[in-house]
Amino acid sequence: MTQVNMTVNGKAASGDVEGRTLLSSFLRDQLKLTGTHVGCDTSQCGACVVHVDGVAVKSCTMLAAEADGAEVATIEGQANPDGSLNVIQQAFQDHHGLQCGFCTPGMVMSTAALLKDNPKPTETEVRAYLEGNICRCTGYHNIVKAIMAASGQDAGAIAAE
Amino acid sequence: MYNFEFEKPETVADAVAALGAEDAQALGGGQTLIPTLKQRLASPSTLVSLKNIAEMQGVCKGDDGSICIGGATNHATVAAEAGDYPALAETAAHIGDPAVRNRGTIGGSLANNDPSACYPAAALASGATIVTNSREIAADDYFQGMFTTALEEGEIVTEVRFPVPEKANYQKFVQPASRFALVGVFVAKYSDGVRVAITGASNDGVFRWAEAEAALSANFAPEALDGLSLSGDDMISDLHGTGAYRAHLCGVMTKRAVAAAA
Repeated sequence: MTQVNMTVNGKAASGDVEGRTLLSSFLRDQLKLTGTHVGCDTSQCGACVVHVDGVAVKSCTMLAAEADGAEVATIEGQANPDGSLNVIQQAFQDHHGLQCGFCTPGMVMSTAALLKDNPKPTETEVRAYLEGNICRCTGYHNIVKAIMAASGQDAGAIAAE
Repeated sequence: MYNFEFEKPETVADAVAALGAEDAQALGGGQTLIPTLKQRLASPSTLVSLKNIAEMQGVCKGDDGSICIGGATNHATVAAEAGDYPALAETAAHIGDPAVRNRGTIGGSLANNDPSACYPAAALASGATIVTNSREIAADDYFQGMFTTALEEGEIVTEVRFPVPEKANYQKFVQPASRFALVGVFVAKYSDGVRVAITGASNDGVFRWAEAEAALSANFAPEALDGLSLSGDDMISDLHGTGAYRAHLCGVMTKRAVAAAA
């Protein structure tokens, strides 16, 4: 076991991990931050996306030891300081961008990463960016709408397919 | 996953020393290796992460105008910073998905030499030089078959040097489930000739298509490929496509790459 120290959602976090401990396991099992979901565990589905040093990564395909010293952001840190939903979360609610909600933490974290780099993405860019986030309920349509709305664009312009 | 020790050296020399331990293995971005470990297809005693080695990070320009990419540089960085070789940056921008591109590294991809990976085609078509901790290897000597390279045990890809072509393009026919290349063709036109490298198709991994190179060196136009075809006999046949289908795609994707580059 080795000790890892990182900053998670702005707070210092540490724990003893094995070499093989995944970042997703460390967040969920040791820090009890179970908002980060593990869907496929094969780096396909994106439910486990978190930010490490400001970029989106699949936490099921990164070792906790690799995140030693890093700044980690998870879905638990996304709400506004007063506890209300942030712009992206609110847009997902307003546009029914979720049904079962399992993929949503990853969707929100991927969206946050996208909008940081590209504040006004086109619909095509949104769909391309979500290539690694799988939703089995919505058909993506309302997710794309939510992201367009969260970026201050006209979600109504997204035609039904 | 079987358990292992984890080390994160900060210099190439320390990494090489750590890899000298029995059953130690290098870890790039882990986007292939970690899934492999989860399936218990490998059981290293120690994983040596190369991510904290500053001298293996980043994109720079060599004295001869070539693009030099540190072995531990991730795909997103190559996509953003290799603009002097647009076809290479574009190739990196379409590997995996955004989160994978933030972790996966060029050195890891080339060391693994997956028969459907994109970077081997880019490196072979560009006549790149694979620089390791101990030597420089020409791409033509480096790729030695599916998941097989010229790397020795414990040898690390520290840098990859790409001569910048006059024109180039990579066309990937995406296998819709995995998003790997069902067939991917990288075409690069240099002053001394055209190189064509194909990934995803052959049972021997990435390969050059000599007849297409000769035809395109004489006339860099899609129609120069008319009448040329590859045999599907030694190509990968699986539920995603037969060898004959992949052979057909090789011709189609090469034409598309030339059309896009010309």
